[in-house]
Amino acid sequence: MATQVTAPPLKPYPVIPILEVGAMANTKTFPANAPMQEALGFPGELVEDWHDKAIGKLGELLGKYRSLKVYLDACVHCGACTDKCHYFLGTGDPKNMPVARQDLLRKVYRRHFTWSGKLFPKLVGAEDLTKAVLDDWYSYFNQCSECRRCSVFCPYGIDTAEITMAAREVMDSIGLGPKYTNEIIGKVHKVGNNLGLPGPALRDTVSSIEEDLKEETGLDIRLPVDEKGAEVLLVTPSADFFAEPHVYSLMGYAKVFHAAGISWTLSTHASEAGNFGLFIGNYGQMQKIATRVREGILDLGAKRLVVGECGHAWRVAYNFWNTLIGPFDFLDPNYPVPQHICELTYDLIQSGAIAFDKSANDKYVVTFHDSCNVARASRMGGMPGGQFEIPRAIVRAVANKFVEMNPETIREKTFCCGGGGGLLSDDLMDLRVKGALPRMEALQAVVESDGVNFMATICAICKAQFSKVLPYYKFNMSMVGGVHQLVGNAIRLGSK
Amino acid sequence: MTAATVFFALLFYAATLLGVGGLAWRIRDYARTPAPLKIPTTPAPTTTGGVVLRMLREVLLFESLFKANLWIWLFGWMFHVALALVLVRHLRYFTEPVWFWVAWLQPFGLYGGLAMAAGLAALWARRFLVERIRYISTPSDHLMLALLLGIAASGLWMKFLAHTDIINLKAFALGLILFDWQPLPAHPLLYVHLLLVALLIAIFPYSKLLHAPGIFFSPGRNQADNPRERRHIAPWAAEMDKAKV
Repeated sequence: MATQVTAPPLKPYPVIPILEVGAMANTKTFPANAPMQEALGFPGELVEDWHDKAIGKLGELLGKYRSLKVYLDACVHCGACTDKCHYFLGTGDPKNMPVARQDLLRKVYRRHFTWSGKLFPKLVGAEDLTKAVLDDWYSYFNQCSECRRCSVFCPYGIDTAEITMAAREVMDSIGLGPKYTNEIIGKVHKVGNNLGLPGPALRDTVSSIEEDLKEETGLDIRLPVDEKGAEVLLVTPSADFFAEPHVYSLMGYAKVFHAAGISWTLSTHASEAGNFGLFIGNYGQMQKIATRVREGILDLGAKRLVVGECGHAWRVAYNFWNTLIGPFDFLDPNYPVPQHICELTYDLIQSGAIAFDKSANDKYVVTFHDSCNVARASRMGGMPGGQFEIPRAIVRAVANKFVEMNPETIREKTFCCGGGGGLLSDDLMDLRVKGALPRMEALQAVVESDGVNFMATICAICKAQFSKVLPYYKFNMSMVGGVHQLVGNAIRLGSK
Repeated sequence: MTAATVFFALLFYAATLLGVGGLAWRIRDYARTPAPLKIPTTPAPTTTGGVVLRMLREVLLFESLFKANLWIWLFGWMFHVALALVLVRHLRYFTEPVWFWVAWLQPFGLYGGLAMAAGLAALWARRFLVERIRYISTPSDHLMLALLLGIAASGLWMKFLAHTDIINLKAFALGLILFDWQPLPAHPLLYVHLLLVALLIAIFPYSKLLHAPGIFFSPGRNQADNPRERRHIAPWAAEMDKAKV
């Protein structure tokens, strides 16, 4: 199923596309095989009575999630969201308009759970759950990155992410899961992280990073692993251990801890901040994944819990950890639990505990890409909007040249990178490239006007996605990197 | 007592029963369905007071819609404010003596009627003219606008062109409330107007008009952003935790 990957042309200003009905109907992420499904307690393949099972599951979710019930009822088809989704803007497929995506589930909800849909299905757009509808579900609910951009603009706050999660949960329950996400969740349960990196391999990787740091700085900057009694447990996306440019941010965290003299440790048991349980909307999976973090910190006896650069991970950590694996009454109450690495670095900058040589980043003209889950589903610091200000304040503290992209594409209105929500899979490359279009257009504008050559971000998925997608738009793949990559470049580490 | 009087009296009782009863059932259902996770769309207020302000901005000013699309906001907001004025103007049929602020707002209610029709017409035009909105529109979306526009048009017609006997109409309305039926003026346009209004009341809780109570229950808008400070846990999730230990 090798599909052709094509990047749409970059336009000087955003244009809402003409509808191309069915353009992405055949773009389907690979389904999970039976062992992957069964490892998570889902049926291995599409079950015989899938229709009744699906309706039953939908009914169960309607009783458990107020968001789902209210969001399915409240939409008036006003159209405010129709031009807000990056996948619609990139593909022109009308079923990638948030409201149309929701309607795929809503029409079945109406048919089975509302009087109007039972009595007058045609009138209210209610439909039975046929195989064709299920096919559409699989295609289009796996073309939503759950970035919540539409929810910012909806007059009722309807969040398509909630609908997508419910639809994926229903599909998982009848044996129709996405391979990418479900395989990775299996790895976390078995090995402890998304990359499937066992403890010894993790230690090896980390010690080679220590060697690199020694070579670069001449200092013994440590990345401690499983050290009992360290003050801070750092939980970071496992991509930070292996992938580029992620690893440069990991080096940046290590330098911050070193310069500030904070004792810290990684954990081989809790070696993953990411939590793909979120993507499939499964409370139990999300909790099971998060539980490793609680076990990890209890085992190591750390007093503070800090999370590395990762968007959805920060959403889960910030919003859900207290619910899923709290309370954290055994941790130091002087610090927020959990704390974002940017909050930690920012506080150290404010208190003067770390200092920078900003000229180290003079080769860069930096812009900042707000990651969707950080921007619209979490916070940093004490004030609403701190998630925008704190990373920018850090960038400004460590680099001389900083430029903002089009205000319609940043902060709460930021565009998803195109690879979030469990879509960072090679079989969806065409969708990922097209979905990146709005961000690429905004980037192109500042490249031309200000010579921007570095797009900083604080999400492992954004980094991986942009590294892959930038070349399709004729940009250099190393234009993307973490905020702590810049921090690492500029931080003063004392005598060299 | 004419047949029309009996028919409309019974119709309004039935519509009210369906509308109010159904609405109460929906609201109860929303209120009883747990919200297991903190999912406010951020940046979000960190306090309950802040949430109240956010909700007021949404309900009174349509803040999010304003961010989304100025045309939809303009027509939508105009329609809703106009509708509110029209409803206030109609309170004079249900109060004796008429409350002073209702009396004071009477002339504005009249402009409201015109603005309401204009807003509805513009919103309807969008369903034909904008390709994306045409794509998402269902028959009920069109019919709902037709229904509201029919109510507005028949009302305006009676105000400006073919007056009805509003003294007796008020007697009929008060009679309904007091269960002391009075004759309804015989007037075909009034019949149309009342029929459409009764239909609107009756279908309220079974249609997309649920957006009105829905917004107050939208977790994206009504939750305070304080998950690190306060542990939030739904009863069914707490049960899961207990089962594990």
